[in-house]
Amino acid sequence: MNAPFFKFEYFNTDVSLIIAFAIGIAFGIALEKGGFGRATILASQFYFTNMRVLKVMFTAIVTAMLGLYFFSVIGFVDLSLVYLTQTNMLPMVVGGLVAGVGFVIGGYCPGTSVVAFATGKIDAVVYVLGMIFGIFVFGEMFPSIENFFNSGFMGNVTIPSYFNLSYGLVVFLVVLMAIGAFAAAEWGEKKMSEKSGKEKV
Amino acid sequence: MTSITKILTHAFEKDEGHVHIHIKEKPYSNPYLVGVGLGLVLLAAFVIMGRGLGASGALSTAVAVTVNKIAPKHAAQNNFYKEYVGDETTNPLMDWLIFQTIGVLVGGFISGTVSHRVKKGIEKGPRISTRMRLVYAFIGGGLLGWGAKLARGCMSGQALSGGAVLNLGSWVFMMMVFVGGYAAAYFMRRQWI
Repeated sequence: MNAPFFKFEYFNTDVSLIIAFAIGIAFGIALEKGGFGRATILASQFYFTNMRVLKVMFTAIVTAMLGLYFFSVIGFVDLSLVYLTQTNMLPMVVGGLVAGVGFVIGGYCPGTSVVAFATGKIDAVVYVLGMIFGIFVFGEMFPSIENFFNSGFMGNVTIPSYFNLSYGLVVFLVVLMAIGAFAAAEWGEKKMSEKSGKEKV
Repeated sequence: MTSITKILTHAFEKDEGHVHIHIKEKPYSNPYLVGVGLGLVLLAAFVIMGRGLGASGALSTAVAVTVNKIAPKHAAQNNFYKEYVGDETTNPLMDWLIFQTIGVLVGGFISGTVSHRVKKGIEKGPRISTRMRLVYAFIGGGLLGWGAKLARGCMSGQALSGGAVLNLGSWVFMMMVFVGGYAAAYFMRRQWI
């Protein structure tokens, strides 16, 4: 058996939609269990009081990355068939900055707002309406920013291919970086709670 | 959908009042365990489908289809809408991301219900009015919708999924989200802390 299964046509598009629904349910459960349905928890990442966002996010990236790496090394997953979003450098830099600012102002990102919406948060409903408006504005502006949107085109490029490093080495470096980030997050949280403890006294 | 959530949360609150039992919400799970779980879900998506997770794409399809319904000529002249509407040979709403996002809605509700965390409310710090919080929620949602479209994906599609496949642009996007977030955090502190 070879993976990705869908690419080897083990099932058709209709079945893929059922799988999409099932994977979505698991995604939603994970986000909710992580506390990502609450804007106060998500935003606290940016005040160093609760680093859950960083911990969950990097653990998830490392887990999936190690799994994919292992599966590709043993020849189970054909990585060339796994979807890569093309890189357009400048639009991604600008889009990332705008999204980061929007994250702190709105308190959610698109996926987490769906979970917050599902668990009864009124601000998430308003946030989703804002998102629809933002996408609509982007769509209406698109003819005038189309050139910028397509600028800085680099094609399908990964960190190993761009820096000419081996896949395994980059995987190892990302794991190291994640461990460092976790240690810093634990230390930072402890410092912040000591500080707020002192202020209360 | 809003009214469904309202009815459900309302029913839940009423229930509590009648029985006079305060059902305590369970604490959130260990972040590293949740991270492993989320990573396995993402890995399953890669292995089964050859693609990662997403969120903003489903809304983009919804917006494009709506614009196309109301003003088909206008949408036909716009490459952004055209990409999401497709060539009309297939129904654009029968889309992977739309089904996945409906799943997220269901999964979030199930998990929240089991842990007694489905509760009508507004997420905000103590120093901001409800009205201002909702204004900020709309503005923030607007910026994220706009920015995610420019960046070809949001935290799910770019940072998480692209991050795991070591996509260069996704890692740049992720770093920029943190830069933008920390830069704006000071000005938004009254909303959260």
